[in-house]
Amino acid sequence: MNEPAHSLATSLPVLLIAAGGGFAVAALIPWLRWLLGERSTLAAALFPLAITAWLAAQAPAVFGGQPVAFRLPWISDLGLDLALRLDGLGLLFGLLIAGIGTLVVLYTRGYLHGHPDQHRFVMFTLMFMSSMLGVVFSENVLLLFIFWELTSFTSYLMIGFHHDQEASRKAALQALLVTGAGGLFLLAGLIMAGHAAGSFDLSGIIAGRDQVLASPLFPWILGLILIGAFTKSAQVPFHFWLPNAMQAPTPASAYLHSSTMVKAGVYLLARLHPAFGSSELWQLVVTGFGAATLLTGALMASGQVYLKRLLAYTTVGALGAMVMGLGIGTDAALKAVAAFLLAHAAYKAALFLVAGIIDHETGEKNVTKLGGLIQVMPRTGTAALVAAASMAGLPFTFGFIGKELFYTELAARPLLAAGFFIAGACFMLVAWQTGIRPFFATRTETPKHPHEAPWSMTFGPLLLGLVSLTLGIVPGLADGLAGAAASAMRGHPLEVHLHLWHGLNLPLLLSALTLAVGAAMIATASGWRSVAEALAPAARFGPDRLYDAKLKGLVAFAGWQTRFLQNGSLRRYLLVTVITLCALVVVSFARADMALAFRALSPVNLPMALLSVLVILSAIAATLSTSRLGAVAAMGVVGFSVAVFFIFFGAPDLAMTQLVVETLSVVLLVSAFYYLPPFAKRSTWRGRARDLTVSVFAGAVVTLLVLVASGVQLRDPISSYYAETSVPMGHGRNIVNVILVDYRGLDTLGEITVLAVAGLGSLALLKLRAKAGGKP
Amino acid sequence: MEAILAVVIGVLYATGLYLMMRRNIAKFIIGLALLSHGANLLIFTAGGLSRGKAPIIPEGAEAPAGLIADPLPQALILTAIVISFALLAFALVLFLRTHQEIRTDDMERLRSTDR
Repeated sequence: MNEPAHSLATSLPVLLIAAGGGFAVAALIPWLRWLLGERSTLAAALFPLAITAWLAAQAPAVFGGQPVAFRLPWISDLGLDLALRLDGLGLLFGLLIAGIGTLVVLYTRGYLHGHPDQHRFVMFTLMFMSSMLGVVFSENVLLLFIFWELTSFTSYLMIGFHHDQEASRKAALQALLVTGAGGLFLLAGLIMAGHAAGSFDLSGIIAGRDQVLASPLFPWILGLILIGAFTKSAQVPFHFWLPNAMQAPTPASAYLHSSTMVKAGVYLLARLHPAFGSSELWQLVVTGFGAATLLTGALMASGQVYLKRLLAYTTVGALGAMVMGLGIGTDAALKAVAAFLLAHAAYKAALFLVAGIIDHETGEKNVTKLGGLIQVMPRTGTAALVAAASMAGLPFTFGFIGKELFYTELAARPLLAAGFFIAGACFMLVAWQTGIRPFFATRTETPKHPHEAPWSMTFGPLLLGLVSLTLGIVPGLADGLAGAAASAMRGHPLEVHLHLWHGLNLPLLLSALTLAVGAAMIATASGWRSVAEALAPAARFGPDRLYDAKLKGLVAFAGWQTRFLQNGSLRRYLLVTVITLCALVVVSFARADMALAFRALSPVNLPMALLSVLVILSAIAATLSTSRLGAVAAMGVVGFSVAVFFIFFGAPDLAMTQLVVETLSVVLLVSAFYYLPPFAKRSTWRGRARDLTVSVFAGAVVTLLVLVASGVQLRDPISSYYAETSVPMGHGRNIVNVILVDYRGLDTLGEITVLAVAGLGSLALLKLRAKAGGKP
Repeated sequence: MEAILAVVIGVLYATGLYLMMRRNIAKFIIGLALLSHGANLLIFTAGGLSRGKAPIIPEGAEAPAGLIADPLPQALILTAIVISFALLAFALVLFLRTHQEIRTDDMERLRSTDR
């Protein structure tokens, strides 16, 4: 790897600003809105625009193999540095994220025109953009994880933007739970990989890949990381959250669910490909899941009628294709992934934006009820036509190039080629349904009377269409970007040369056949739909239902355990606390292998032994007493006996306090109990037996604790220090008093405060009287 | 002597907890008081029992002569006694007022708010 091109000073601000600045700009937006009103959205678009421009300016250096890097030590002891790096893969993703981000913010201006929370959506968009840029710029895997989770979090806000709708909240939560849970698996995998490689830097993991691959934990590492990537990139069986997330406002779908967030998993796989791509396990698992996802997404898409769901399922399929390519991992496959990534982002974002325009202008989401819109919205229709052509893979669009590259690689793998072939035909059907049919079929009546959308909304799809078309005609323009990205996926430089014409060969033949089959599917579209509708009940066994069942189970469990543990009954709380505490003590005794080793025991003294018997008998009497006065008297005997213990064992201060307090307590209790009714027998014998068992158990544990504790001396007591310094430093002869008012003076202040608060509280309670029928 | 006191402490804990699990408010209060006594004795015993002299330095001396009782547990217990008294008094007043307002001294009937 070449040395970073830029010195720290020049590259410091921009990479960091790109990855963190969105949050700062988002914080400014409320003020911008106050100053500029809805025009603040346009001002906000300047931020992603500036980043796009800066990234474009770095392209020559990055293409030349000189990445931009930035490192700031953060928590180096944990292997966590603020290390950012811009290489070919990061540049491709960065341009997509910032570039499409600019268009999406602009689009929001028209889409949410007049919406009171428009600025809020722009804030979420910018925060998301910075998180996503952080993911693709992170050099440290722990940092990558942090940004990864930030994208889950910010996308939750975007999907749930219409928070007054239950479906929207549910979809947002589902996306958060699925991708967030996947993120935790990812973290575990990354930490294990980092430990095995001896570095938490991506380049360090790639350099130490032999240790990771040889590690006995490698299957675990790979599995955990793949779960993270697959949940994020909606691979089977985690694909269900993506179509559900279509509850999001369309700009969010265009941004998160076509071009950026869902590609984070693909990015991670591409990033780790140089490290793990050579393992057979990787090739088998990644290729297999990718192919399964490709087919699932494509086939499920062919049965949909709603614009955004059609697009969502084909996105699932396209992500599957990219994952499959990364699983195969040959040079040709990686080049195909790089080109297809760019092509897909351009046409899918455009189609989503168009879908938003159609929904916005006509109020109709069902494609079978749309038609003839080209007459009223020519600009939108043009953009849609180009994007659909690219998605279908027609020549002179960039989608064609991406598809050709895939066929070139797959020609030698008939099974995967067949899967790609079927998916290609389905994609064509969807392209027709979403990009062409609504505009060119017979004109229909729609809930709203459609007009052409404002320029802020049509600019994005038109520009993306222009990109698809330009790169389709002059594919060589993308050589540098695709080459740099493919090189980063490979781990060493790769040359990419894209051509429109590859000669008459098998890939071209397959392309032509795909077009023919796709055209046939379009001609029989309604038939396909009825087949899909007939199969719809099978979704009952799909992972979406499993998710629902699991979530329901979790909520039910939480409800049950709350009702059981916290049922509002003080005895239940006590029982739970005491049992738990005693169980923990017993377990730690058992594990620590405690011996009852008595340190110098003091000799048994007969009067004290008799006093002990008295205390025990009084305590039992207090428990058994059926009269209030008897119980208080027994309690008093216990208290005064304790005072005698204190006197005997050299604690006169304690004894004095205890005598005073005990006297007060008895007086207080006797006078208060006067107002309470006599003891009633309330508990059942089973309840008594249970409480008795638990109490005796707790008492036994405490006895054991005291016996063990008196044999343990962990360190020298600090008391001798108090004894020696009491006179010289504390100027007092009663050491206990000196400790209380001097060494631990703040403690005593706290004690006095407690006393004062308790007194005030009692007074307030006694003075407080609810007025009849009114508030207190 | 420690072994005997350990049993005393265990009995105080057991009776205290048993009383606190009763449905009568008044029994709860008495249980609380027994539990406090148990806790104080626990600290006292765990700190080491010595039939030595009180931790007081005689006039004219800089440091205590000979063995004295450990002053630190005593300081802690002194705080604990006062605080448990505050707790006892406050709990008593709280239950008294509850009884006056709600007309019950049955713990199980004081749980409607949590459900």
